Amino acid sequence: MIAPDPLRHARITALGEHRPAGVLTNNDLAGRGVDTTDEWIRNRTGIARRHIAAADETVITMAAEASAKALAAAGLDPRDIDLLVLATCTMRNPIPGGAARVASAIGAGGIGAFDLNAACGGFCYALSVAADAVRTGSADRVLVVGSEKLTDWLDWDDRGTCILFGDGAAAAIVEASDEPGIGPVAWGSDGLGADLVSVPVDDWAIRMDGPAVFRWATTQLAPVAHRACKLAGVDVADLDAFVPHQANLRIVDALVRALKLPDRVVVARDIADTGNTSAASVPLALSRLVAAGDVPSGGQALLLAFGAGLTYAGQVIRIP
Amino acid sequence: MTQQDILNGLAQIVNEIAGVPIDDVQPDKSFINDLDVDSLAMVEIATAAEDTFGVRIPDDDLKDLRTVGDAVSYIEKAGVAA
Repeated sequence: MIAPDPLRHARITALGEHRPAGVLTNNDLAGRGVDTTDEWIRNRTGIARRHIAAADETVITMAAEASAKALAAAGLDPRDIDLLVLATCTMRNPIPGGAARVASAIGAGGIGAFDLNAACGGFCYALSVAADAVRTGSADRVLVVGSEKLTDWLDWDDRGTCILFGDGAAAAIVEASDEPGIGPVAWGSDGLGADLVSVPVDDWAIRMDGPAVFRWATTQLAPVAHRACKLAGVDVADLDAFVPHQANLRIVDALVRALKLPDRVVVARDIADTGNTSAASVPLALSRLVAAGDVPSGGQALLLAFGAGLTYAGQVIRIP
Repeated sequence: MTQQDILNGLAQIVNEIAGVPIDDVQPDKSFINDLDVDSLAMVEIATAAEDTFGVRIPDDDLKDLRTVGDAVSYIEKAGVAA
């Protein structure tokens, strides 16, 4: 047996995103008969609108769209990819997973491919797995995709929950690099909180205890962010960007306060136009910042994802 | 700690989290109706109060704290119990 190259690191080299063409504003929701108002939703969540997948758009088609864009951005051929990790929790059927079909759809059929379900925490879990696969020599180029069609799992009569979510996908290409580009992950879980966000057995839609989730997120996650920074040897004040899961703008703002982030740190607030897209939210938010030129290439960003399980994971990355 | 001490500390917290002027935080005021503090801000106020006063305010109890006076009494009793 030979050891992997000890100097081999991993980094994100390109991103791709797919935001469905369909858009649902808060007023559209009220017009559909949801008992709510634009003002109420904006004040409590920061959400103004969200993208909604069409009937023929699925977790798999959206993941393939985002992946193809990431490949194009990297200037890679689909056959250059040797592993695909699909972070999702909204497949319509549990068997089979979607990753193999995404790989086939983009012209990379035959490669290692699997789904990873850590709900809204999924992307940072998947990114860690991908980085480790590259570092150990198990893969050279990995597609990490977060793709969610949450609207398949929404009860439009549950006004506390249906207003929060949207659909979309984003992909990152992880490749070997000479310098560290994906820091060690700080991750964890709390199965005692499994009921706080779930599709309960014998139910069909996502149910959520909003105040309890809000309390958990605003009190338990700042230490995870600190741990991720410490593992990467980066001071919070030296970050260029903070890209937390886009669950609720009030949670984002509470985390920014708890971390005492200086004003110069760019904070992702993609939720206003996107809603909560679960495992797609962190890469979608990162992709938007990069595309807008709001963050410097090569700068350091803290990613922090968290959600149902409960699960959470965060790591510092070099911005592609 | 006197009720006045608790009120002063709570007013500070409500000011920091919800931007309500400290002098407006009086026992007869309703958080939601008078001070425009919504349910999520109440959660943040509760967790800050837990740290400040060394008490636990579970979500189920939090729902019953409608006025500033309710919260002061709750914190006073919880503090004694602790």
